Amino acid sequence: MGKTIAEKILGEHAGCEVRPGQIHIVTVDVALVQDGTGPLAVRQLQSLGLEKAAHPERTVLFLDHAAPSPRKELSNDHVTLRKFAAKTGAVLSEVGDGVCHQVINESYVNPGDVLIGADSHTCTGGALCAFSTGMGSTDVAIGIALGKTWMLIPPTIRVEVTGDLTPGVYSKDIILHLIGTIGADGATYKALEFGGPTVDGMEQSERFTLSNMAVEAGAKTGLIASDDVTREYLDSRGRAANFREIGPDPDAEYERVVDIDASTLAPTVSFPHTVDNTRTIDEAKGVKIDQVVIGTCTNGRLHDLMVAASILRGKHRHPGTRLIVIPASREVYLEAIRAGYIETFVEAGGLIVNPGCGPCVGVHEGVLADGEKCLSTQNRNFHGRMGNPKGEIYLGSPATAAATAIKGELADPREFLS
Amino acid sequence: MILKGKAWKFGDDISTDHIAPGRYFHLRSNLPELAKHVLEDADAEFAGKVQKGDFVVGGNNFGLGSSREHAPTIIKVAGVSAVMAKSFARIFFRNSINVGLPALICDTDQIDPADELEVDLTGGKIQNKTKGTVIEFTPLPIVMVEILQDGGLAEHVRKHGDLDLSCDLPEE
Repeated sequence: MGKTIAEKILGEHAGCEVRPGQIHIVTVDVALVQDGTGPLAVRQLQSLGLEKAAHPERTVLFLDHAAPSPRKELSNDHVTLRKFAAKTGAVLSEVGDGVCHQVINESYVNPGDVLIGADSHTCTGGALCAFSTGMGSTDVAIGIALGKTWMLIPPTIRVEVTGDLTPGVYSKDIILHLIGTIGADGATYKALEFGGPTVDGMEQSERFTLSNMAVEAGAKTGLIASDDVTREYLDSRGRAANFREIGPDPDAEYERVVDIDASTLAPTVSFPHTVDNTRTIDEAKGVKIDQVVIGTCTNGRLHDLMVAASILRGKHRHPGTRLIVIPASREVYLEAIRAGYIETFVEAGGLIVNPGCGPCVGVHEGVLADGEKCLSTQNRNFHGRMGNPKGEIYLGSPATAAATAIKGELADPREFLS
Repeated sequence: MILKGKAWKFGDDISTDHIAPGRYFHLRSNLPELAKHVLEDADAEFAGKVQKGDFVVGGNNFGLGSSREHAPTIIKVAGVSAVMAKSFARIFFRNSINVGLPALICDTDQIDPADELEVDLTGGKIQNKTKGTVIEFTPLPIVMVEILQDGGLAEHVRKHGDLDLSCDLPEE
């Protein structure tokens, strides 16, 4: 019987054949925590007398959600993680290094790995064909200390994408469309597997955006077969030797196949307060926007900044709309400086925030006022998400965000294509 | 094990941002303080009025969103003895069991606000004392029952010194 990608990777890590519905103990290759979840993980290990890491060189502690720290309590949480790193040899990703999901994939995750992270968007690593999934602090703490965890082997939903994206439409629009179609719980406890000619032809950065939002449909992970695109990405990161080609068997059994014709998609926006509340830009245009955010683990990569800069070049943000740009990592930031994108954003009236999660988590760097509306390239628009339950969050692509910043209202990026 | 208390009813899609809002991020290492804001963005009065033993009752996709284990933890710290919903988001469900908070999947349409409930955790039944009805809940996977019986994942590892769970182990 053929296997899905999830069944192949989890079978390797369980040491046996696995089928959906079974529960297995699996080994863990890479583990991450961040400053919102890591301190609790560390305290659990301290209370158990297990303050150690089975693979310290592949255990990464990120200071990214509240970085630099806006409050003394969070500064103390950062110290907790720095001390744990010093004691165990685990890797510390400091303030300003970037968002966990960007840095972990830039430097640590390889095809065929199992990655667990105390952050729901850990599923981003599925774009490198790693079984990557978010868990809570205690689960990841135990995974760090013992090098293993338990997993329910998920059934897989195959998302088959065909057709070419039209200009102004991106992978963000595909994933928003998918979640709008299957719902915010359409894949709960299941694995998504993205494939088809459109995904095959997609560059690595765009693939990360698809996998990043798998959890917004409730999925455990969002896997993409590894291929030449993956190989080139790993090669560019000095990890060519870690490439492995992994894909589903031709006769793999899927719980369901969802077909998407990318050529029919338009720029898509999620309206408050759930990700599955999607509309095409034609149905969305005209909503006045107070703040635009370009960045986060969903869309803060160089390709995203390139797309946004190409629209904003020589233009200026609307006087009634603030523009915040956040490179996802230190490396993205440097490359964006060298490419001139940062200069474009600053000239366009934008504000550059240090690499990290920015205002997405509602801690700092752009908390909304009562009644304000924000269009962000982030992955989540829940009630209160950006620090104020009286604010409203809309989600879209970097192109939609750039067009919206110029017009001061939800805008169609296709009007700005040259 | 029998749990008794009053139902606090919530709707569909109650997210971890409703339960543990990001604006209280700085209180995550101070759980009693964070618990004073539990579910604040879904019902501002809940934290002040919930009584020890009460139940949180949601609709579909309860706990969607973040991996923050603080969400089920502060529901427990607030005194709630179990969470019930028609369906749970995966990470919240797993976290609830890990922190020793029973998460029960059942038809919550049969429960109204302030109904008095009696839960038989091992028997798989919820008695709605107010309505005189009985609601069955979906049994938890055996792994989760084992973790819950040990008082959560940390206590499980403390007791066994390892992950010692009834999994589908590789055949010798």
